[in-house]
Amino acid sequence: MWARALWLGLRAPLGGPRCFTSKTDPQGSGRITAEVIEHLERLALVDFGSREAVARLEKAIAFADLLRAVDTDGVEPMESVLEDRCLYLRSDNVVEGNCADELLQNSHRVVEEYFVAPPGNIPLPKLDEQEPFPHS
Amino acid sequence: MAAPMLRWGCRGRRWALAWVDGGSCHRRGAPTGSTSNRIRGQSSLAQQPLRTAQKPRKGEHKWAAVVGLEIHAQISSNSKLFSGSQVRFSAPPNSLVSFFDASLPGTLPVLNRRCVEAAVMTGLALNCHINKKSLFDRKHYFYADLPAGYQITQQRLPIAVNGSLTYGISAGKERGQVIPKTVRVKQIQLEQDSGKSLHDDLRSQTLVDLNRAGVGLLEVVLEPDLSCGEEAATAVRELQLILQALGTSQANMAEGQLRVDANVSVHHPGEPLGVRTEVKNLNSIRFLAKAIDYEIQRQISELENGGEILNETRSFHEKLGCTVSMRDKEAKQDYRFMPEPNLPPLLLYDATSLPTDADPQQVINIDQIREMLPELPSVTRERLVQQYGMLPEHSFTLLVFEELWKREGKTPGQIVSEKQLELMQDRGALEQFCYSVMKDHPQVVMDVKKGNPRAINKLIGLVRKATLNRADPAMIKEILEKQLSL
Repeated sequence: MWARALWLGLRAPLGGPRCFTSKTDPQGSGRITAEVIEHLERLALVDFGSREAVARLEKAIAFADLLRAVDTDGVEPMESVLEDRCLYLRSDNVVEGNCADELLQNSHRVVEEYFVAPPGNIPLPKLDEQEPFPHS
Repeated sequence: MAAPMLRWGCRGRRWALAWVDGGSCHRRGAPTGSTSNRIRGQSSLAQQPLRTAQKPRKGEHKWAAVVGLEIHAQISSNSKLFSGSQVRFSAPPNSLVSFFDASLPGTLPVLNRRCVEAAVMTGLALNCHINKKSLFDRKHYFYADLPAGYQITQQRLPIAVNGSLTYGISAGKERGQVIPKTVRVKQIQLEQDSGKSLHDDLRSQTLVDLNRAGVGLLEVVLEPDLSCGEEAATAVRELQLILQALGTSQANMAEGQLRVDANVSVHHPGEPLGVRTEVKNLNSIRFLAKAIDYEIQRQISELENGGEILNETRSFHEKLGCTVSMRDKEAKQDYRFMPEPNLPPLLLYDATSLPTDADPQQVINIDQIREMLPELPSVTRERLVQQYGMLPEHSFTLLVFEELWKREGKTPGQIVSEKQLELMQDRGALEQFCYSVMKDHPQVVMDVKKGNPRAINKLIGLVRKATLNRADPAMIKEILEKQLSL
């Protein structure tokens, strides 16, 4: 029994055909480190603003980890819940566009039919430059 | 739980290539001592530093460079990859943008059939295996010209894999021969183009035009089988001709329809591969060769002076003729690839697997596309050489102008005889030419007889000129040597 659990645990990252690697996998420890939080905040531009938020993330991961208990030996991974659907192919005709005015209305700042953005990506401040936040 | 913050992350850049052992450039590696192999008439300033690097320093053995290319070609189609807005080079800003291209909530991608056909055609032309099932993924990074915050691409399972691209390098001034070389095609994938950013440094802002956002791209990834700027430039040129012959892309680098990024590293043959750098912002084939050769030389100099190469992205500065680091403060990008949840797998069929009751508009038959492939440039060149007795290097030049001449209503055969491009068959006439050239240049003849090895090349050159380049240089040499009783 324990051998099978160990085998499933080892199998997960090796997987079948190319699968995505995840840098945020805490290796089943359930603890999210400050480095992982900082990494996620930069990648996804989300704000884990409180300790409760981090705790909720840890619980979510633990919940998803229950999947590892399932025996998937010899089962092809499902790549898409749409796998039985037909991918619709559209004819190569021009049927939309020409609505610059409408689109530009969504923008806070506009210059002569261009959207306006800051000069470049503004890097987030480093962890130690931020407000002190009690990551445990 | 978490509230999205409206700030900006970092520009995403391309991912890693798998390296395999690289060979050495034909010009440098040959222990057999072949002569310089330059495409006739072309000279590159970057060649000079390479020669210097070849002189052994501190007893150092030779360097070998490894070059891998990622090429993005804009698909020639009426509408975009996942939306029905128009594909056009110049138009008023944001006038060719649909709600989906602007990433408005609630919009969904709808795949353009023409783009899939273009990808299959290109894959077949490059001898690829076409994957009957391919998948779409999201590649996430933040930048103002990527409104969705991700690009739809094919990272897990692209539409075509394991192909090859054959190109020809001129070998030696006298020979006029063309050496065929091959670079392996790792994969071809369909993906979206991003919009365009115009940087207004004066007012500290960026102006964004999304006309290009969502245009279909073919990304062609080449294995690192290339070893210098000339090989890379020639391979890209050949790919350009193929895409133009197929009609899948106009591949005009000046208009941004063909973009190339190069991955460059150096190592001593037999030792493990070196750290690679990525070179971007290459706007022409000439600059592509220049930038790669500069980067190879820079890496060699750096390593020979005891420095190290950083795994970074560099930009090529045309005016300075050098590469400059674009290094962001942030560490390596994590693109958080995930399957595109709104698109089922793309299934392709062939004659045997085609479902009988299928709507022809909704299925793509690989065999049918294969039958529709036009004659590829390499085949045309071969045909010109065989059918009209043309010299191989002329077939390269001729092909480039083929489009022009087609419009004038002439056949290649007519052009060859009009321009007198056939190989000179009459040996007697050739002997006459040799004799008169020698008569007109007694000094050169004397140099040859004195034993100057380069003098005979001068004579050969003069004879070639006199025959309007119609004679085989090897035959000229043989006749001259006979007439000089060497």
